[in-house]
Amino acid sequence: MSTRESRTAGRILAAPSIVLLFIWMIVPLVMTLYFSTLRYNLLNPGMEEFVGLENYYWFLTDPAFLTALQNTLVLVGSVLMITVGGGVLLALLLDQPVLGQPIVRLMVIAPFFVMPTVSALVWKNLLMHPVSGLFAWLAASVGLKPVDWFAQAPLLAVILIVAWQWLPFATLILLTALQSLDEEQKEAAEMDGAGAFSFFFHIVLPHLARPVTVVILIETIFLLTVFAEILVTTGGGPGLATTNIAFLVYAQALLQYDVGGASAGGIVAVVIANIVAFFLVRLVGKNLEA
Amino acid sequence: MARKQSLQRKAAVTLLAWAAALVVFFPILWMVLTSFKTELEAFSIPPKFVFFDWTLENYEVVQTRSDYVRHAVNSVILAGGSTLFALLLAVPAAWAMAFAPTERTRGTLLWMLSTKMLPPVGVLVPIYLIYRDFGLLDSHAGLIAILAMGNLPIVVWMLFTYFKEIPKDILEAARMDGATTVKEIVFVLAPMAVPGIASTMLLNVILAWNEAFWTLNLTTSDAAPLTMFIASYSSPEGLFWAKLSAASTLAIAPILIIGWLSQRQLVRGLTFGAVK
Repeated sequence: MSTRESRTAGRILAAPSIVLLFIWMIVPLVMTLYFSTLRYNLLNPGMEEFVGLENYYWFLTDPAFLTALQNTLVLVGSVLMITVGGGVLLALLLDQPVLGQPIVRLMVIAPFFVMPTVSALVWKNLLMHPVSGLFAWLAASVGLKPVDWFAQAPLLAVILIVAWQWLPFATLILLTALQSLDEEQKEAAEMDGAGAFSFFFHIVLPHLARPVTVVILIETIFLLTVFAEILVTTGGGPGLATTNIAFLVYAQALLQYDVGGASAGGIVAVVIANIVAFFLVRLVGKNLEA
Repeated sequence: MARKQSLQRKAAVTLLAWAAALVVFFPILWMVLTSFKTELEAFSIPPKFVFFDWTLENYEVVQTRSDYVRHAVNSVILAGGSTLFALLLAVPAAWAMAFAPTERTRGTLLWMLSTKMLPPVGVLVPIYLIYRDFGLLDSHAGLIAILAMGNLPIVVWMLFTYFKEIPKDILEAARMDGATTVKEIVFVLAPMAVPGIASTMLLNVILAWNEAFWTLNLTTSDAAPLTMFIASYSSPEGLFWAKLSAASTLAIAPILIIGWLSQRQLVRGLTFGAVK
């Protein structure tokens, strides 16, 4: 099939995608690298000068960076735990024969299709408002003191919102994986007299290992750059309580106009993401051969 | 005995599943309900669940206050335009990779995947400056290009996994029957490729519709889509929950329907074919 002509044709067909993607990736990235070595503020145009690694020094030693890094890690870690844990439970539940299964499924995956700005604002106002929010009413009706989410536990509030958005993703992928566990395997296990527990631990859990890894890696990529949810709920605050790396870079660039510093921060974000990407590409690449 | 037990079990599981699903779905349900209340009822404690004066007034206000229609049209233009652009680039590429793979195909696919992992903040500064200098800020063309590039890797991957499943023998069979290349493409390949292309299209529309990094940073009004429309509700002004709810319901309704229709394909697309 792969004659020489078809290969040449193949290269020509694939070229536009590859070239454009390459340009879209390389040009801005090289510019970011270049800017990161300049003292460059949009408020003082024409005053750019080369400062070497100074921007990196300031960005990395700024206490805001450590706070943002910590917030990023806490956010990613917590959301992963909630979504993977909850996702496994929900997937196991939905894999059972359930009356009205299609409707249940629709309801569970719906949050994934809600745009980030909507979920953030609906949670912030309708649910988490300290006086008139539904959570406040629920807390009061069981005799608890309502929580002022965005003042007392702002990061937790953001985590809950983001986790709600990603729970359907984890559930859907794990459910798809569970359903591919074929009937024969289930029957064979039953014939061998495997109990529910040993079936779960010896067959279901190992089968879920791969999709769980996929979920973790893909979610991590997106969670490292959570932005809109923070922008419309807290604006990174109070103080720096909900500032993650992505938001810190944004604030430095478009609020303080510090192009040099923001570029250095952007490169730091790229490096962090690359560490994750390395593992994901290997995992998916392995699958490609099979 | 066993039958009875399994019936009981089914009832219990059903109950549990419905309860869990309702909890997950509740914020959306609550938002839709609130959108039909008056502002006073939206704030009322204890909350009113179903028994309130249903009204459509919020929807009217939302349209006059922040022009839903214009933002919705922008969303359609951006999501549709970027999807078409991405497909135009990706269909030939994925086709070539699936039907005439070379020793470099695998590496190219993985490289494309890796570009998706570049965090947008890493290139925010240069993109913003380039767009500013070329007058692309707040323009449809600029946003369509950036959304298409952002999703191109996913589109190529997803199409590739679909195209790879088209049996190659069928081409030979058609050729034996004397089909020309054009006929081959029109009558044999296209019908088999259409379902894959359609699901890829749906997924891309969803992703572009909900994209909220570039749309929030690069648009202000002329090209502002619904993500921006909702963000304009982030600073509260008096009683606004019912209006926020109405605006939100309008913003997510179209995509919720598309999303529900394409849930199966979603898994394949979002995991780059790693889970089917």
